[in-house]
Amino acid sequence: MALSTSSAITLNINGEKHALPVDHRTTLLDALRERLDLTGTKKGCDQGQCGACTVLLDGRRTVSCLQLAVAAEGREITTIEGVADGERLHPVQQAFLDLDGYQCGYCTPGQICSAIAVIEEHAAGWPSAATADVRPGPEVPPLTAEEIRERMSGNLCRCGAYVSIVQAVARAAGAEVTGDAEVTA
Amino acid sequence: MREFGYQRAHDVPGALAVLGADPEARALGGGTNLVDLMKAGVERPALLVDLRDLPLDRIEATDDGGLRIGATVSNSDLAAHPEVRRRYPALTQAVLAGASGQLRNMATVGGNLLQRTRCGYFTDLSKPCNKRTPGSGCPAVEGEHRNHAILGASAHCVAVHPSDMGVALAAFDAVVSYETADGPGEVPLAEFYLPVGDTPHQETALPPGALITAVTLPPAPVAALSRYRKVRERASYAFAIGSAAAALDVRDGVVHDVRLAFGAVASRPWRAREAERVLIGGPASAEAFGTAADAELAAAQALPDNGYKVTLMRNLVVALLTELAEEAGR
Repeated sequence: MALSTSSAITLNINGEKHALPVDHRTTLLDALRERLDLTGTKKGCDQGQCGACTVLLDGRRTVSCLQLAVAAEGREITTIEGVADGERLHPVQQAFLDLDGYQCGYCTPGQICSAIAVIEEHAAGWPSAATADVRPGPEVPPLTAEEIRERMSGNLCRCGAYVSIVQAVARAAGAEVTGDAEVTA
Repeated sequence: MREFGYQRAHDVPGALAVLGADPEARALGGGTNLVDLMKAGVERPALLVDLRDLPLDRIEATDDGGLRIGATVSNSDLAAHPEVRRRYPALTQAVLAGASGQLRNMATVGGNLLQRTRCGYFTDLSKPCNKRTPGSGCPAVEGEHRNHAILGASAHCVAVHPSDMGVALAAFDAVVSYETADGPGEVPLAEFYLPVGDTPHQETALPPGALITAVTLPPAPVAALSRYRKVRERASYAFAIGSAAAALDVRDGVVHDVRLAFGAVASRPWRAREAERVLIGGPASAEAFGTAADAELAAAQALPDNGYKVTLMRNLVVALLTELAEEAGR
């Protein structure tokens, strides 16, 4: 029996169900952009190295270029189109706007999806490679500029808007940024 | 990319049956390496068996005081687990030193062990590679090998294993459990990766069709004081050019117990047993740490452009053990 190389699937994206047939080779990124006209998610390297295609899968940040669409069936997918509350921007979106956390804007949807998850991961007590002592303690270490840079290192910005991106993530997290990326606004 | 079938497995026997029925079937964990290699044409499976729904996503304490880590636990969940952070902090540090937040959310423990080398010749279909096409040759020996192996390599392959996680697991004597259609088995991580020799395409001791189900860490009180240090060409999100996991137990200035493993220097996470042997019972001094590093690295065989790794690893060992000795004294 020849194996079927395509499937009829239903993707749950931003709270809406989308039924579509997919060739199994289709990545979630291509399904979003080419099949469902959700072009806010960007294709950069298509190799999992730049973070432009970052979306949330069951609330966790994921690079959609290495995620097969067929394997995303049954999971809650949140893209940049789904992070705002109606007309009210997500606090991370607002912070990027207020603090110019971009130049050309191409990496921005991925940066914002990633930052939303970074703030949640930090609040949940997840350490990072920048955390001096990873052993569990009574308090979560503060979200310093160094922590933000490390946690956001999967999102590249070829315009080099990193200084403003760090400030925007800190603002959205309600963190007081110390070190070399001080928030003064 | 070659067209392929897709099935979601719901239990281990079901996954084994599908994997066993088709030699061109491959298990899909997070896909962060496999899907990338499929795009490049290096991997060409006829069928993917998705493991995400298998009940292998838990971390459990073992009766003897160790931890059993399910094969589909994500790298993120492994690094964030309170008992991993408390008992084996170098393992959390190693996992967090690898890849990015997005990739760690996707990648699994089993997949991390089975990821392929990032040698540029391996992923370039226009070049020979003994790992990809046995007998075709190894251009790295005389070509681009700055980041390649200094230990345990052969004239047939000088690629390094890219895992950070595996280095800490090697230091802590992890054991890999697997299932086959004929029953379960287990193999210590120290024997999990096969010697390179003239068969670099045969990478692990897993039987054909086997599925990794768990990685078990035996109890290791020494691991409570442990660190992972990674040297790379940028501050974050890059593969190592050299790394080390170390744990140290110093009593009255004497090394009572020590664990040491190296990354990015060999085709497997490199447990530095010779260095450990030299250190045990001796003084916890920078001089002794250097002597131990030299003993381990005496077997190094550098290529024209990667001899820097010998110095790098020596410095890394001395710095890491010195830090741990100072912390032990506090």
